[in-house]
Amino acid sequence: MNKPDYLLFDKNTKAIFWNLNTAAIQRMLDYDYVVGRSPSITAIVAPTSERSFEKFFYGTREIVIPIYRSTKEAAKFHPEADVLLNFASFRTAYPVTLEAFEIPQIKTVIITAEGIPERYARDMRIKAKQRGKWIIGPATVGGITPGAFRIANTGGTIENIIASKLHRAGSVGLATRSGGLFNELSNIISRNADGVAEGIAIGGDRFPGTDFLDHILRFEQNPQVKFMVLLGEVGGEAEYRVIEAVKNGLIKKPVIGWCIGTISKFFGGEVQFGHAGAKAGADRETADAKNRAMREVGIHVPNNFNELPHVIKGIYEMLRGEGKIAPVVEPEVPPIPEDINKAIKEGKVRKGTNFICTISDDRGEEATYCGLPISEVIEKGLSIADVVGLLWFKRKFPTWASGFIDMVIKVVADHGPAVSGAHNTRVTARAGKDLMSSLATGILTIGPRFGGAIDGAAKYFKMAFEKKMSPADFVEYMKSVEKIPIPGIGHRIKSTKNPDKRVELLKDYARRNFPKIELLGYALEVEKVTTSKKENLILNVDGTIGVLLVDMFRELGYTDKDIDGLIEAGAFNAFFVLGRSIGFIGHYLDEKRLDMPMYRHPTDDILYDVKRPEGF
Amino acid sequence: MAQRGIREFDGKRIIAKNWKDYLGDVFEYQFRSVLVGPETDFEKLPEENPWLLETPLVAKPDMLFGKRGKLGLVLFKINKPGDVNYQDAVNWIKQKMQEEVEINGVKGHLTHFLIEPFIPHKPEEEYYIAFSMGDEGDTVYMSAFGGIDVEENWDKVSEVLIPPNATDEEIENLIKSNIPKEIEDKEKYGDFVIRAYKMQRDLHFVYFEVNPLVMVGNKVYLLDFVGKVDDTASFVAGKKWGELDFPSGFGRDLTPEEKYIKELDEKSGSSLKLTILNPEGRIWTLVAGGGASVVYADTVADMSYVSELANYGEYSGNPTRTETREYVKTVLDLLTRNKHPSGKPKILLIGGAIANFTDVAKTFDGIIDAFKEYAEKMRQVGIRIYVRRGGPNYEVGLKKIKQVATELGLPIEVYGPELHMTDIVRKALEEEKVA
Repeated sequence: MNKPDYLLFDKNTKAIFWNLNTAAIQRMLDYDYVVGRSPSITAIVAPTSERSFEKFFYGTREIVIPIYRSTKEAAKFHPEADVLLNFASFRTAYPVTLEAFEIPQIKTVIITAEGIPERYARDMRIKAKQRGKWIIGPATVGGITPGAFRIANTGGTIENIIASKLHRAGSVGLATRSGGLFNELSNIISRNADGVAEGIAIGGDRFPGTDFLDHILRFEQNPQVKFMVLLGEVGGEAEYRVIEAVKNGLIKKPVIGWCIGTISKFFGGEVQFGHAGAKAGADRETADAKNRAMREVGIHVPNNFNELPHVIKGIYEMLRGEGKIAPVVEPEVPPIPEDINKAIKEGKVRKGTNFICTISDDRGEEATYCGLPISEVIEKGLSIADVVGLLWFKRKFPTWASGFIDMVIKVVADHGPAVSGAHNTRVTARAGKDLMSSLATGILTIGPRFGGAIDGAAKYFKMAFEKKMSPADFVEYMKSVEKIPIPGIGHRIKSTKNPDKRVELLKDYARRNFPKIELLGYALEVEKVTTSKKENLILNVDGTIGVLLVDMFRELGYTDKDIDGLIEAGAFNAFFVLGRSIGFIGHYLDEKRLDMPMYRHPTDDILYDVKRPEGF
Repeated sequence: MAQRGIREFDGKRIIAKNWKDYLGDVFEYQFRSVLVGPETDFEKLPEENPWLLETPLVAKPDMLFGKRGKLGLVLFKINKPGDVNYQDAVNWIKQKMQEEVEINGVKGHLTHFLIEPFIPHKPEEEYYIAFSMGDEGDTVYMSAFGGIDVEENWDKVSEVLIPPNATDEEIENLIKSNIPKEIEDKEKYGDFVIRAYKMQRDLHFVYFEVNPLVMVGNKVYLLDFVGKVDDTASFVAGKKWGELDFPSGFGRDLTPEEKYIKELDEKSGSSLKLTILNPEGRIWTLVAGGGASVVYADTVADMSYVSELANYGEYSGNPTRTETREYVKTVLDLLTRNKHPSGKPKILLIGGAIANFTDVAKTFDGIIDAFKEYAEKMRQVGIRIYVRRGGPNYEVGLKKIKQVATELGLPIEVYGPELHMTDIVRKALEEEKVA
């Protein structure tokens, strides 16, 4: 913090950045890394951010910068910060600046917003002078002290900064009004002299917080600055204050000056050249008058902008010749780590992926389902079953298959509140839990005993059919080898005399629409065997769906092995999970509507048989 | 933008709207003004403003220029002052809308007028007040000699500087102690000035002038008003202003192309500006950035080719590809209408400084799009293109534009930051001399 008054920034300057402008902050940190200084941003102020820190890169390393709600708070925790980069919008930049004025440790405020009311700008400028604070701006890109501190975006890309020698100190003090020509001037100075020692763009507003003269007087005192370049503009009186100071001997170092806008004399007031403020209110304020007045007091004024580089070169070489400027030792510049995303985009690097996705893509204008934009899915009238086909099996199902899936979803959607999944859902909902938890508890009961028969039926019937077991052999096999009841066979109430209507509808649909129903035929043969033993050992809904799904996939061109894979992966069960989720959500919403209290199972429904462990 | 002139009509409307908050408990003001434009229905106007048919009237242009009295553009009498009726005013306005007039060396058409009641009054009731905003503070101007000759009587105007941080008490003391001696009722006048000062300050006026101000008892008449507001303050004072537009004022009528770009600019978040200086000129510019565009124009003029400079303009603030294409097409369309009388090819300067963060390749895509559409016409009329630009992705942009122009058979020279920004002007014009 111990730096002479004529310096606003040095290699140790720490700044608070007002506004979570991650791009600008990252650019500053990139600069810090390139010039070999520690990170210049020590805190961020963002009153509405919910975060307490943000990650940034410093070289290849990631660092964390804390976020505060007010400048005061940030300053308290970071007493080393004496610069505020006020990146607030034109609406809030004024109060943010006034707040900073009340913080003793903040010496310099940079204001970037364009469009701050002039009364506020004038007020900030006057208050700053009274309190001995520095303002750069408003409406400016800022400035740079090469090798020490870069304000936000000043200098452009890192490549340009290095090309324009803004990464290490030269001998030229630069003051411009225009931020747009700042890079250009730095470029000219790096090509015709040894680069910039400090550069400030004072900003295009009518009442800049500090003026050309304020900075040029600092440059005069700064031993690093050997001569100065001033780029002015038509309109205003700011250049005259510099002229006066040169005349009065306050400025002794050589000054090169040029005011742009000499064209205006040819067109009177009729054409507005440059920005709206750049208009001469009086003859004195024309570019020609100012250029003339500068020349009269000994400022070096080129005849035109094309000559500016030659004048800079001339002064530089003269001072070199006099031994006033020593040659610059070019520092080594560490390679700037490139942002991986940018490098990939530019095709400079390649990187293996961790995930592969073959069903949908959200990168383009519109997300796609298996290549079909969602809008096309809607416009072409695709059904929910068609979407299932696209996203689960990457197929556009023929109408008969979509119709079947649609039916399956409807048939399995619910089976009343008593089944384990629905019951669980309701108990969880009554415990006050949310939709996700309630639905999950329901779904978690789906398995070998609840809802799992679709998979099982498909698996065993398919196996038996493929092995050409006779229906009787199959029944025997299940009994003696697998030692389990045949999945998909049997119903609590329904029987041959009281057939399940849902099963009838499914079978009827399949007979009329499926090209072939071989496995269903086989299953019905098996049913004949089982019902001959007991009336209610019919092919139930799960069994029918299971075998018909096998028939369906066969007709869609899946091999027996493909179908085994689908069953193994749970794809058949998935139809049940999807359909039944509709029911579970219904049970959950029902409970929320009814607002029933927490469920506690009655003790008389529990057999308590609790004993102490033996010998304890 | 910042300081914007507003119409006299809007100025008075804003004053009336805020009168009761600042002046209403002491002074009375009746706002009676109508603004007339090309769309006005003169039949309907008196229905909404019956006083138009009941009082003698005054009519004058309301287009941000002053000295209307001296220009003979204030209608207040046919035979004697105060005998102008509504029909007279309408006839006069319709006639003036037809004529081309010259104001401060600029020729154009009058489009907007103000009609108000004629206020008979004695010269001693005329005052002058004005407020302006400067570096060190606000200046209050006060005089007992209002009217069109105030400038001739400027030595009788009392000026007082109000520092920006002055308290209410300080403001009052400063104004009261500086009221010109010629003013008889100093208390009343001073009270009005203090209140008006606070009002215009809170409303973010940067210039506020009433001349003459007529005070009869506690009745106040604002016979003529000139004002400028700080348009950036609309987020603070916008509600108090009400709906306020900022006319560009009296000026040369815009060409269709200039109008098109102006509309494009108003719709865009970027800046797109175009002024046609000389459609027959040979040198056309497409320059990125406000500062750079001025420097290019300066340089052409400095090399004594100002008479051949066809346009001035700039695009900046990262315009989209479409916006850039439309902008460039507009310029190319003008450029390719006629061959130059000398038979020499036209010169197109595509310039700009080293951009901060504008993607140069992207903007050049817009230029290339326009080239493709106009290549045939550009070849017919004859053209030489000079490009200079730097900034993000400039290498890609320069390579692309060179390649496309060459394929299209358009002679082109392309430079990056290694060439001084305006050196392409020199190159173009020196080759000119050799040729």
